[in-house]
Amino acid sequence: MEKYLYIALFAPLIGSLFASLFTAKKKNIITGIVTSLLLAVSFVSSFMLLLEVHENGALHVKMMDWIVAGNLQLPFGFVVDNVSVIMMVTVTLVSTVVHVYSIGYMAHDEGFNRFFAWLSAFVFSMLILVMSDNFVGLFIGWEGVGLCSWGLIGFWYKKHSASWAANEAFIMNRVADLGMLMGLFLIYWQFGTFSYDYVFSHIAQANPVIVTTIGAFLFIGAMGKSAQFPFHTWLADAMEGPTPVSALIHAATMVTAGVYLVIRASELYSLIPNIGYIIASLGAFVAVFAASMALVNRDLKRIIAYSTLSQLGYMFVAAGLGAYWIALFHLMTHAFFKSLLFLGAGNVMHAMDDELDIKKMGGLYDSMKVTAILMSVASVALCGIYPFAGFFSKDMILAAAFNEGAYFLWFALFIGAGMTAFYSFRLVMLVFFGEKVHKKLGFHPHETYPFVLWALLPLGILSIVAGFFEHSFEEFTTELLSKYELHLSHSVEMMLILATSSIAIGGVLFAIYKYRNGGFSKEIEKSGVYKLLINQYYIPDFYKKAVLEPYYALSKFAWKQIDVKVIDFSVDLIAKVLYSSGEKSRKMQSGNLSDMLKWMVVGIVVLLALAIFYRPVM
Amino acid sequence: MFEVIAFYMFSALVIGMFGIVVMSKNALYAMSALAGGMIFISGFFFLLDAEFLGVVQIVVYTGAVMALYAFGMMFFDTTRDVKEDIRYEKIVYTLSFLSAIFILFIFLAPIYSTKVQAIYPSIEGLGNIQTLGLILFTKYLVQFELAAIMLLVAMIAGIVLVSKKMELKPDDEKEIL
Amino acid sequence: MLTLTHYLILSAILFSIGILGVIRRKNLLMLFFSTEILLNAVNIGFVAVSKFYGDLSGQIFSFFIIAVAASEVAVGLGLLVLWYKRSGSIDLDSIMMMKG
Repeated sequence: MEKYLYIALFAPLIGSLFASLFTAKKKNIITGIVTSLLLAVSFVSSFMLLLEVHENGALHVKMMDWIVAGNLQLPFGFVVDNVSVIMMVTVTLVSTVVHVYSIGYMAHDEGFNRFFAWLSAFVFSMLILVMSDNFVGLFIGWEGVGLCSWGLIGFWYKKHSASWAANEAFIMNRVADLGMLMGLFLIYWQFGTFSYDYVFSHIAQANPVIVTTIGAFLFIGAMGKSAQFPFHTWLADAMEGPTPVSALIHAATMVTAGVYLVIRASELYSLIPNIGYIIASLGAFVAVFAASMALVNRDLKRIIAYSTLSQLGYMFVAAGLGAYWIALFHLMTHAFFKSLLFLGAGNVMHAMDDELDIKKMGGLYDSMKVTAILMSVASVALCGIYPFAGFFSKDMILAAAFNEGAYFLWFALFIGAGMTAFYSFRLVMLVFFGEKVHKKLGFHPHETYPFVLWALLPLGILSIVAGFFEHSFEEFTTELLSKYELHLSHSVEMMLILATSSIAIGGVLFAIYKYRNGGFSKEIEKSGVYKLLINQYYIPDFYKKAVLEPYYALSKFAWKQIDVKVIDFSVDLIAKVLYSSGEKSRKMQSGNLSDMLKWMVVGIVVLLALAIFYRPVM
Repeated sequence: MFEVIAFYMFSALVIGMFGIVVMSKNALYAMSALAGGMIFISGFFFLLDAEFLGVVQIVVYTGAVMALYAFGMMFFDTTRDVKEDIRYEKIVYTLSFLSAIFILFIFLAPIYSTKVQAIYPSIEGLGNIQTLGLILFTKYLVQFELAAIMLLVAMIAGIVLVSKKMELKPDDEKEIL
Repeated sequence: MLTLTHYLILSAILFSIGILGVIRRKNLLMLFFSTEILLNAVNIGFVAVSKFYGDLSGQIFSFFIIAVAASEVAVGLGLLVLWYKRSGSIDLDSIMMMKG
């Protein structure tokens, strides 16, 4: 069984290394095919591992020792238990679909081979993150996905906005990683090891203040990765990268790494319900905050990005309130329909020559039937309408919030659900139905390659049916995670479901009604609320003024005043002194024999003086 | 007694002669003074029971070396005074004075021990020349031969440097016949 | 009574006279003369030490010094004459070809 583990882990790495041989060459379709095949192999291995864990329980493997220094022992160890195998299956499935999709999407791109190298490297890092059995391996994968995300967001590096967005993502993640590192240091200080088994089995006896601090710091790291407020600005800007990247990284995998961390450390977080409540509140805030920004945005991918942000908030609410398996379940279903949405958006962009403004589209249903259907399916799943996948996971989260007595959180999520429904269908209506604005602007949209559509089909099917696996999912994951008991009476539950469904359906119908008749008037664009939302509450501007500019001034000062004037100066001084002393000594070589003889005698006299006055004691 | 007088007399003469060599403006005077100094130095050698060396000094140094210098002088104009433009005069005299003082200091201080073992002691009964010959041709044979080679090389070098007509082949065999 | 010190002092004085000549003289030929003085001073030293320790090595050494000095004069004078023929002057200040 271990061979499945190694195959699943290293197949993407082999794919990445293979593709990286071709990065400087022109597009070679072999790289795409080989990497997609290797990922499919990885997916099959993950699935075999799923069956294995279902029957026989978790699998622990220690591959080799990495650092053994005194008391510090860091092995490369991997664990495949219920949680990690679910993540593995999700990650590999979505990655395989994205790889196949990219063969079609990036078909005309110069950096075709480089793309697949980065993409497979990303999947490898994510698998390391998910499969590692100690915190340091997690951190290695954490940084690895950050790096590959940087490479992929800034894939079109010649575009200034793309490299800026990549740097923003990486730096923001790095700042949050400082918090995570503090958490890791505290873990080592308290427990002397990083291994999950040891830490979680001894955590109950540890000092509660330290445990709280560890939980808080680890969550700060998760905040950066999962783009919670205030580390959220990078996610919307990360849409500069190619669409498959957004689908894989910013929908299904990297941003869920933060949620995974909280779920993995569930035994830690269940001891500190205060921190958990803070996490949940932050999550609810982000859910509403992001949904509000998606309401008015005109950029196709940004709307979906804000939607991701919002759904991440939902996941954190669940994880914060202790309903870890529900968070994981929502993570899985969200991965399916969100990546489907992104990939469909990619199809639309491809058809519209990379145009992103949805007000310029409209009525694309006639040209792109399959994509339209798939995106509508994904949107319905996102809105949480029965019987699609999102309904089950979202409703469980709302029920959990209600169950904990956090009625304010429940209300926030409830409003969020309504907004989600509205903006999802606003998107669908403006893009696929309604007036054909694009015709006036001269676009000639066409559907994408058939093999791409076939690749999207599994995601579509899963978006529909994944919800029905809820009970087996619960059984499976609660072998490891804590069970979550809902103490609601059946009637209260039914009422909650009814309320949520009605607001969701209401949102959908409102959107369809409004945008069928041409949408809101232009007047609304002048209102203050609209301005606030479309400028993302002016937060990026605030960051620029309050953080970037002072830091830039500080860096410039450090460079000009300290680095150039002090350090460079002293190093150059050494060189200048040597050079000038050489120049001056050159005059000794006058070419005049008499002068040189005089110098020789000077030397003799000096030596004689030394012999007399400094001779060793006789 | 006799030795002491001889020593002081010879020393005064030698120092005077070499002083003239160093300070004189006239090249001929300098050369003559050098020759004189060499002869007086050989006097020292005789005082020190190194008769062979004393004779060699006169023959080789005064005879050969000074004759070479004399021949060399023929090339240069010796009627004019040697014009010398001494720069840094003070430094020159200071330096030599200092070096003299230091060396004297070293020699005056009792830095030599009396327990030195002689490696090649002189043998009773034999004169200086016999002893020298004995040691030279047995213990110092290799150096002797090397010195011979060196002299040969110097001679060839001297000839090659000055002669101009080396390229001429002896095609004047006809002349000989 | 004469001791080794006397001879050594004499050798030292002659040596410093030689050094004075070496650094003072600007005429190349005079420079050679001063070099000869140096060699002779050293010779006296060696022979004196040899006499006062009863070891003949000093005299052998002196012997070789004389041989070397002779060959040095031969070659040196040859070069000197050539140089004079080429540049017409044997004043040290005019020979600045090795100016660094």
